[in-house]
Amino acid sequence: MKPGRFAYHAPRELDEALALLKEHGDEAKVLAGGQSLMPMLNFRLAQIEHLIDINRLGGGLDAPRLDAGRIVIPALVRQRQVERSAEMARALPLLTSALKDVAHPQIRNRGTICGSLAHADPAAELPSVMTALDATFTIASADGVRTLGAADFFLFHLTTALEPEEILLEVAVDRLPDGTYSAFQEFATRHGDFALAAVAVTCGLDDAGAVTGCRVVAAGVAPTPQRLTAVEELATGRRLDEALLGEVAAAARDEVDPTSDIHASAMYRKRLTGVLVKRALADVGTQQEAAHA
Amino acid sequence: MPENRDGHRISVTVNGTVREEMVDDRLTLADFLRERLRLTGTHLGCEHGVCGACTVLVDGDAVRSCLMLAVQSDGARIETVESLAEDGRLNTLQEAFKRNHALQCGFCTSGFLMSVTAALREGPIGDEQRAREVLSGNICRCTGYTGLVKAVLEADAERKDTAR
Ligand SMILES: Cc1cc2nc3c(=O)[nH]c(=O)nc-3n(C[C@H](O)[C@H](O)[C@H](O)COP(=O)(O)OP(=O)(O)OC[C@H]3O[C@@H](n4cnc5c(N)ncnc54)[C@H](O)[C@@H]3O)c2cc1C
Ligand code: FES
Ligand code: FES
Repeated sequence: MKPGRFAYHAPRELDEALALLKEHGDEAKVLAGGQSLMPMLNFRLAQIEHLIDINRLGGGLDAPRLDAGRIVIPALVRQRQVERSAEMARALPLLTSALKDVAHPQIRNRGTICGSLAHADPAAELPSVMTALDATFTIASADGVRTLGAADFFLFHLTTALEPEEILLEVAVDRLPDGTYSAFQEFATRHGDFALAAVAVTCGLDDAGAVTGCRVVAAGVAPTPQRLTAVEELATGRRLDEALLGEVAAAARDEVDPTSDIHASAMYRKRLTGVLVKRALADVGTQQEAAHA
Repeated sequence: MPENRDGHRISVTVNGTVREEMVDDRLTLADFLRERLRLTGTHLGCEHGVCGACTVLVDGDAVRSCLMLAVQSDGARIETVESLAEDGRLNTLQEAFKRNHALQCGFCTSGFLMSVTAALREGPIGDEQRAREVLSGNICRCTGYTGLVKAVLEADAERKDTAR
């Protein structure tokens, strides 16, 4: 199908974009990569009066900024751009490894990191990654700028704290300290499909291999990325040995309460989450061994 | 309903030729190519990004032309399947598709050819696993993919031969 009628705007300046959003608010949508919005417009699942294309905005919104302590990804950074960057792979291996599971190259060539976060599909990879990394979301409107953490940004199925007149300007994460590792695990029926379940982990290990602290986040099993706090508590202070991996798998299975759909039953998703948590933590352990070898 | 009555003037390079056209707000790049420029080699299957039939290259990157607006292509360089043949003869990749029966009805073929073209330009594809990954963003309802995988690996090998 074809999209319904709308007026297309391509502002060159952020202020202009924000003014348009303030004026048209509820009747407008921001267009970033278009890889989720265009399908909805083509199917007429979304009908809008004004499309505010942010792709022509200047101001360096298309380049990640890598500082000593912090990595900032502005609104127009494409998924493929990050995936291809050796510098980003060193700085944020968790994001690079998750991106390979986001759709196909043809989609990632246009799709943006921030667009995926703003879209907030429960089965999407990047919201769980940003939750595991404890990211900060910078949100702009004509009235000013505010920041939110991941827990306050993702509210529900396809719903974030973004108001209609706001733009997600950038997402920022701190570099992981030495001795903190990360891993991403996903299962999808076909490579590139949305995850049946996925798990993103960051985990600090001391020299003896004991967990000093971790964040374990599951996707595809709840309306938003779900932190598995019982798993985190169970693992903290323990070594990542076979016994612990077995326990975390069981704990993860118990902690999630997914729904059944055409793709998989709730029970299948529970078990899958357990397996993925186990694999992700095992991967973290292997990384430490390799680093010390 | 608001719509810019006069449309937007765009200047876009399609298969090496600069085209200056007026386009409506909601015209997709796919429909612009097919209906305005009559480049009907680009096909439309699902119109929501899933099947890959509409894949074209925009500034060298393979993208879904059903998910881009024509007005967004202003200033861009577009390559469609019509650009592949050289002097009226099939290119190496197209020949490999033909030899390996990588198509039956042909509906999906232009999208596959453009996706694989972009992948080959990036560097060697190498093995079957990688070939399958390169193909995974496009759907074929006829071939069963075996011929497609063979064609990609053959074109990959030939590319290496000529690069040497
Ligand atoms: C075939 C196919 C398969 C896919 N598979 C996957 C997958 O496996 N995993 C996955 O995670 N995703 C998948 N996607 C979605 C893809 O990753 C999208 O690129 C992403 O969800 C949206 O990013 P975008 O830049 O294209 O945003 P758009 O489509 O432009 O926008 C999406 C939504 O976010 C809003 N928005 C975008 N950017 C901003 C901003 N900066 N500020 C405020 N609002 C904004 C828009 O208004 C819109 O509501 C798939 C898409 C397709 C077509
Ligand atoms: S028609 Fe564009 S992906 Fe199917
Ligand atoms: S050859 Fe018929 S769909 Fe691929």
